[in-house]
Amino acid sequence: MLLIYIMGMTLVEKIFSRKCGREVQAGEVVMASVDAAMIHDITGPLAVQKFREMGGKSVFDRNRVILLFDHQIPADSIPAAENHVFLRRFAAEQKIHNDDIREGICHQVVMEKGKAGPGEIVVGADSHTCMYGASGAFATGIGSTDMGFVLKFGALYFRVPDTIRLTVKGLFPERVGAKDLILAIASDIGADGATYHALEFTGDTMARMEMAGRMTCCNMAVEMGAKVGIVPPDEVTWDYLKPRRKIDPFPLSSDKDALFAGERSYDVSNLAPQVATPHNVDQGVDVTKVAGTKVDQVFIGSCTNGRFEDLKEAAEVLGDRAFSDRVRVIVIPASRREYLKALQAGLIERFVSAGALVEAPCCGPCMGGAFGLLAPGEVSLSTSNRNFRGRQGSTDASVYLCSPATAAASALFGEITDPREV
Amino acid sequence: MRSWKFGDNIDTDAIIPGRYLVHYDPKVLASHAFEGIRDDFSKRAEEGDVIVAGRNFGCGSSREHAPLALAGAGIRVVIARSFARIFYRNAINVGLLPLVCHDSDKIADGEVVRVNVGEGFVEAGGQRYSVEPVPGFMQEIVAAGGLVEYARKIPEVKLCTALHP
Repeated sequence: MLLIYIMGMTLVEKIFSRKCGREVQAGEVVMASVDAAMIHDITGPLAVQKFREMGGKSVFDRNRVILLFDHQIPADSIPAAENHVFLRRFAAEQKIHNDDIREGICHQVVMEKGKAGPGEIVVGADSHTCMYGASGAFATGIGSTDMGFVLKFGALYFRVPDTIRLTVKGLFPERVGAKDLILAIASDIGADGATYHALEFTGDTMARMEMAGRMTCCNMAVEMGAKVGIVPPDEVTWDYLKPRRKIDPFPLSSDKDALFAGERSYDVSNLAPQVATPHNVDQGVDVTKVAGTKVDQVFIGSCTNGRFEDLKEAAEVLGDRAFSDRVRVIVIPASRREYLKALQAGLIERFVSAGALVEAPCCGPCMGGAFGLLAPGEVSLSTSNRNFRGRQGSTDASVYLCSPATAAASALFGEITDPREV
Repeated sequence: MRSWKFGDNIDTDAIIPGRYLVHYDPKVLASHAFEGIRDDFSKRAEEGDVIVAGRNFGCGSSREHAPLALAGAGIRVVIARSFARIFYRNAINVGLLPLVCHDSDKIADGEVVRVNVGEGFVEAGGQRYSVEPVPGFMQEIVAAGGLVEYARKIPEVKLCTALHP
């Protein structure tokens, strides 16, 4: 489709314009078709119920619905088991492929199966759906009723967001990476600094960054209120997608004269490891400021940081040592495929030998629902994306967020530790 | 009609903790609303009470259990300085009215609040504060009584039509 743009457009405006075959600008509200829709065990049952209440009989396209269970697996309670049964029946009735409890965390699975790609619009009934922007898709989290609407009509109304462009420059110092960058950005922009905006990541640091790191960055866009975190597709993107789906590369990026709602730049060459302190994601500090804080539980995993690259980084920091026996260490690969890679590379053996509990791919302690909950007064250090009060259990517990390297270093000593010094 | 006052960045985990997301009944969810954050809410909130909050109300998880928990407790209106995006849409979709009010901090906890959506203001403590109207297209959903009712009325969607912003 050839579109001639009168004025410069952002990447996100181009995605909606391609979709609609006409120029669509930020601020417009359009009813747009979606290329894929994801539901999981927590938000799925309500979405299905709403779909039926809306008079839905068959879903818009069974091949575009992604269904799996990841939040409470294996079922941790009878109500959870009932929700799983409910969704299994729905999948059978609609002939939707159901990954059930087998594949891992929804967002990782969508990405690794190539279900999101450049220029596409993908929705998921989970706020961290914004992660698929790492593939060059416009991807955003929606509620269950919106998802019910999508299941019925294959479309949803969107307010096309303005874009804040983030230009990231420089080489990461040793043991500093994507998670430290995004925590620093969240502290700079604030918990609502990007509400209703798209965050577009550019610059030489992003260009060098592998998909794993890009996913970490895009995953946390919602922690600033953003609708999506997006990286313009490049060689890294197309190379990632090639073995996963049939797709021919095409150019897609913001025009030079595109109108941005804001522009910020970051230089990572002197960035220190970051730790988000309780109880908000934008409360990040250099690790040195909180070093020595005693921790009771360390969680390495989640859709933010449960990929092979994250586990490898943690294992490298760990080396041949053992984790402190003052701390409970929980390691959860983000998906079955990442688990297998880690197994084959000997990482899992390393973690188990060091005293960690390695669990099967799932969301784990991140959402404080299934297991790994905290007692009052306890402190968790977590590679996940949220440290809200009560997020991982008691509202009198504290959650700190960090990178896999900082998590591993801290697990060695039972207190928050600078990974550059171990 | 009393106000339940909260601060900035009230996230959906605070509104309804993750361990209760296996439930979908608004009454059950309401019995755990703000658990550990403000325990008197689930015991004492009454039909028609309003939530008054600061910036970024409903940030975090997309869980629709959050507006459902509030609705189950009898809340019909949330007045905040600003809302997180997904919560705002979810609230509209389930028939809970989110009202943006730049003076929400001037309303005290426990104060009687009167809401006049038609004329775009709320009254509390003898003062009148203006509230922003719900964006154009969303008013159709509000008028229909929520997205389910809206969806039931339309045979199909008209793709790529511009809706009133």
